[in-house]
Amino acid sequence: MKKIILIAIVSILSFTANAQEKNKNAKVTFEVDGICGMCKKRIETAALKTKGVKFALWNVKTHQLNLIMDERKVEVGTVQQNIANVGHDIILKDKKITATLEAYNSVHPCCKYRDSEIVLDHEGGLKKQKKKN
Amino acid sequence: MRCLNCKYLKIRIKFIYMKTKILNSFLLFIPYIIFSQTIFKGMIMDKNNPKDNLGVEGVSVHWLNTNVGTTTNEKGWFTIPYKEEYKKLVVSYIGYKTDTLTITNLKPIHHFLTLESELDEITIESKRNAVQKNSFATANIFTVNSEELLKAACCNLAESFETNPSIDVSFSDALTGTRQIQMLGLKSPYILITQENVPSIRGASQAYGLTFTPGTWVESIQISKGAGTVVNGYESISGQINTELVKPFSDNTLFVNGYANRNGRLELNTHFNQKISEKWSTGLYLHGNYRGEKFDNNGDNFLDMPLANQINIMNRWQYTDAEKGWVSFINFRYLSDDKQTGEIDFNPESDKGTTNAWGSEIDTKRFDFTAKVGYVFPELPFQSFGFQFAYSNHQQESYFGLRNYNISHESIYSNLLFNSIIGDTRNKFKTGISFTHDGYNEDVFTNTYNRVENSVGAFFEYAFDNLNNFSYTAGLRVDHHNLLGTFITPRLHFRYVPWEKATLRASVGRGIRSANIFAENQQLFASSRQLNIENANGNIYGLDPEIAWNYGFSYLQKFNLFGQKADITLDYYVTDFENQIVLDWENPQEINFYNLEGRSIANSFQVEVNYNLAEGLDLRTAYKYFDVITDYKSGRLQKPLQPRNRFFANLSYETNNDNFNQWRFDVTFNAVGAQRLLNTSANPAQYQLPASVNGFELLNSQITKVFSKKFEVYVGAENLTNTRQQNPVLGSDNPFGSNFDTTIVYAPIFGRMIYTGFRFKIK
Repeated sequence: MKKIILIAIVSILSFTANAQEKNKNAKVTFEVDGICGMCKKRIETAALKTKGVKFALWNVKTHQLNLIMDERKVEVGTVQQNIANVGHDIILKDKKITATLEAYNSVHPCCKYRDSEIVLDHEGGLKKQKKKN
Repeated sequence: MRCLNCKYLKIRIKFIYMKTKILNSFLLFIPYIIFSQTIFKGMIMDKNNPKDNLGVEGVSVHWLNTNVGTTTNEKGWFTIPYKEEYKKLVVSYIGYKTDTLTITNLKPIHHFLTLESELDEITIESKRNAVQKNSFATANIFTVNSEELLKAACCNLAESFETNPSIDVSFSDALTGTRQIQMLGLKSPYILITQENVPSIRGASQAYGLTFTPGTWVESIQISKGAGTVVNGYESISGQINTELVKPFSDNTLFVNGYANRNGRLELNTHFNQKISEKWSTGLYLHGNYRGEKFDNNGDNFLDMPLANQINIMNRWQYTDAEKGWVSFINFRYLSDDKQTGEIDFNPESDKGTTNAWGSEIDTKRFDFTAKVGYVFPELPFQSFGFQFAYSNHQQESYFGLRNYNISHESIYSNLLFNSIIGDTRNKFKTGISFTHDGYNEDVFTNTYNRVENSVGAFFEYAFDNLNNFSYTAGLRVDHHNLLGTFITPRLHFRYVPWEKATLRASVGRGIRSANIFAENQQLFASSRQLNIENANGNIYGLDPEIAWNYGFSYLQKFNLFGQKADITLDYYVTDFENQIVLDWENPQEINFYNLEGRSIANSFQVEVNYNLAEGLDLRTAYKYFDVITDYKSGRLQKPLQPRNRFFANLSYETNNDNFNQWRFDVTFNAVGAQRLLNTSANPAQYQLPASVNGFELLNSQITKVFSKKFEVYVGAENLTNTRQQNPVLGSDNPFGSNFDTTIVYAPIFGRMIYTGFRFKIK
């Protein structure tokens, strides 16, 4: 009797474990630091090159990266690391994945988002763009 | 409760509270008073905020290009130091669009935030210049947006290409004033003209269709050179022109445009747009034009421009449910267009069908219905499907002298497509099926021609983009058509970025179409030429389908010259016909149609240089070379009335638009090279023309003054140099004789033309 109950409990547990299936089209959002259109391209390309990521969209103003990925094939951590490897910092709620100095230095000079002067420069550039629109 | 005291208590508390408030505000003010700074304040609100006062807490507000900033309090209010040099205030809050407001005085502002919607992000492209040279699209497409369209002299789609070097505009005949467009050396029947991706100007509307879309209805135009996409059908041969119309959600609430010119043309456009609910909005667009004055400035007894009137009414409905992912457009359109041309004394009442005077009337009535539905899977923004359905009924009754031509054309177009990805968004594909039906009834002089065309087809297009320097699209279409047979039309486009700011493109594709020889060439009826069709037992008027391969290369290089942006583009395209319905009018007494025997090739080469000379000052120049040859029965000849060399230049200048007080200037110069004329050596001496004519120059200009956000006025001139063709109507002294010909047109008929107009809009 005890054995049957044990088996039953184990089966139920395994069923509930399976019920939490990995999402084929999981939506994930996190913040990635960057400042311009070139950064957008670099971030999105790094994300898409990660096998299992289907869709990536980075917003220049809010710095939010929206991903749609197949959880069965890839983990968020891998994607974040790939983005850090091309030079962009990932800012999460409790920690920050910092790009190595080597990776950060490989980005185009106008993209150096850690430099506050360059950030202000870009905001001026945005103003010019809006004027022409 | 100790009520005796409580009232007093309440008042005391209120007083203390108020005092504290005043004290607090005062305390807040002290540092500002000490440093004698002025304060600017405002409130940031959200329409959907559950709080009573709509104010949003925590919104970041700062002056552009400074470190001076603050955040809104729990009621949505902020106070920020103000200096006169602070002009732009940036308001940003996560999840909402960042707004940059122009502040000109200290009046407190109340500003509503707008949500940043994800669908919006995917579909909106930022537009910079009036003509956008696209470095990123795989196909050679460029977009002409509303700024550029405003520079056009006038009034409808036919006149919207005058400031664009890739489209050549010419007049089809001396009487109807109809403008004909050409791309890569080939006339408009070989260009697929679509309206919001539904094929529109074809069949019965081929000749005058461009005048049936008022310019103010057009939001933007996408011009694609070479083989187009398989998604819209198999008919495009030298290119594709797509017009996007204004949308009820984004168009002005009220828009009025009036136009008048010195050759008696009057136009009025009115748009009304209304948002019905969160998801539905509608627009009513009215257009009317009228020309009632008779002009004969070249003294040939024939009207230089036709008498005309047109009523054009469109009603659009737009449905957007961004949350659920549904988008829909429904259009209804009715058009009535009447033209009268011919000798000045011609009176339709008394002279129609007689030899009293030569005249022509072209009366058109048309009804269009279009419905498009799109669904984007909410969880999968890269996956969507769309359905397009269009029905049109076109009735034209016309006569040219004693020759009658009536055509009735009913058309149905339907297309179902599905978009998705394979793996990730670097690999996209589109697939779908389509069904089309065309019914034609034509009376050509004394003969009747009836034809029904049905086709069903399927397509698949794969697009790869490595997000770095290479992309390509490969499309394949297979169709079964009751008259054209079963055939495939493949289309391939490549794009490669060899180095920074350079784009190399190549394309190859096949197109097939049935030639509506009468509808497309009806201007030839205004002559004494005899019509002959060499029957080859084909399915279309006894002739075979037109089939052509188009291939081409394009190289775009952006660069900086003296610190200003510039770009250069080199294009080379070849259209090689497997079969073409040759229009042979080398014999001045005849018009012959026959299947091609031999070769027919159109080569076109274009070099274009654009340069932003200074702020607001842009120069556009282009040189084009055309080599279009066809094997006629009489031998291999260059296409007649086709200049081999053309040069184009456009200079535009606009002043600062900061307070909606702006001037815009535009000048366009065209140098048209020598052209071969039709062979008229068999005519009597007085009706003979030289074998070719020399080139000439044309100049157009426009000045616009913007008075406010709501009102602007423009004045312009076409053909400033008054260049005119000397005798456009051959045999004008005896139009019912055997040497009457209004079809050999190589230069403008009317001379200098001045126009003026206004635009009034309420957002």
